[in-house]
Amino acid sequence: MTEIDLGHYLTLGAVIFSIGVIGIFLNRKNIIVILMSIELILLAVNINLVSFSIYLGDLSGQVFTLFILTVAAAEAAIGLAIIVVYYRNSGTIRVEQIDKLKG
Amino acid sequence: MLAHAIFFYIFSIIAVISAIMVTASKNTVHSVFFLILDFISISCLFIMIGAEFIGMIMLIVYVGAVAVLFLFVVMMLNVAQQKNQWFLSKSSSGHIPIGLIISAVIFFELIIVVGGWKYKPNLVNLTTSSSTDKITNTHSLGQVLYTDYIHIFQISGMILLVAMIGAIVLTFRQRDGVKKQSYLKQISRERSEGVEVLEVPSNKGVKIDD
Repeated sequence: MTEIDLGHYLTLGAVIFSIGVIGIFLNRKNIIVILMSIELILLAVNINLVSFSIYLGDLSGQVFTLFILTVAAAEAAIGLAIIVVYYRNSGTIRVEQIDKLKG
Repeated sequence: MLAHAIFFYIFSIIAVISAIMVTASKNTVHSVFFLILDFISISCLFIMIGAEFIGMIMLIVYVGAVAVLFLFVVMMLNVAQQKNQWFLSKSSSGHIPIGLIISAVIFFELIIVVGGWKYKPNLVNLTTSSSTDKITNTHSLGQVLYTDYIHIFQISGMILLVAMIGAIVLTFRQRDGVKKQSYLKQISRERSEGVEVLEVPSNKGVKIDD
């Protein structure tokens, strides 16, 4: 209990990953919260990579965490830009009302 | 070791609770604030286990840039008043039990992976690098990042450039009625269309139509 090993960090990553997935599935409000859930999922992946990197003594995990961070920042910027454009065109970003692709 | 355990539990409990609040909060602004709290506590965990550079970069990138970007968009789109009503319409709530089941299955799969790691730790080849205590985390990361991973590093820079240009192109719009300075128009002006010399007869004015 007092000895923190790799399993604790992996469990924390699993919990945060599952919360992110639940947030994507159950969200009824707007797309911004879904984007935040995606950020949570990437954060869980980062936790796994960093803890494996520390406990195995291999630096590759931290390097890949850096690249995931880069891609996450780019994804957030592009996603928010798309949301702004969509809001400007249709006036809403509620998940239920975005159903134009349904036909 | 005891202090390590105590701090781990404190930070991880804060992280899990704030992750739940990100998805369950009524107000979108509160969700962004809980996201910031989540990132801060996870980066504290990273600093605690010895990955100082990643922790600090997460503070700078996520809390300083991404969360502020989220907050900016939430404020700009004025969606903070939209209350979070999860099960509002009956038609769209059919996928909720499936989502819960899938999330539970993913969670238990990940837990099973952790258990497998506990029972068979020798399955993974431990590639311990020659880490000396003199070299800091940032130093060793820089030594690896700029030599072995230089191409991926530059590709990630290109990804950031593409994201920046894409965001600008997406949100750019032409508006009517905005006075702009056009250099081409300015330098291609001729004297004949700018200045006109008039012969003013005396005792009579000159009518200038403008």
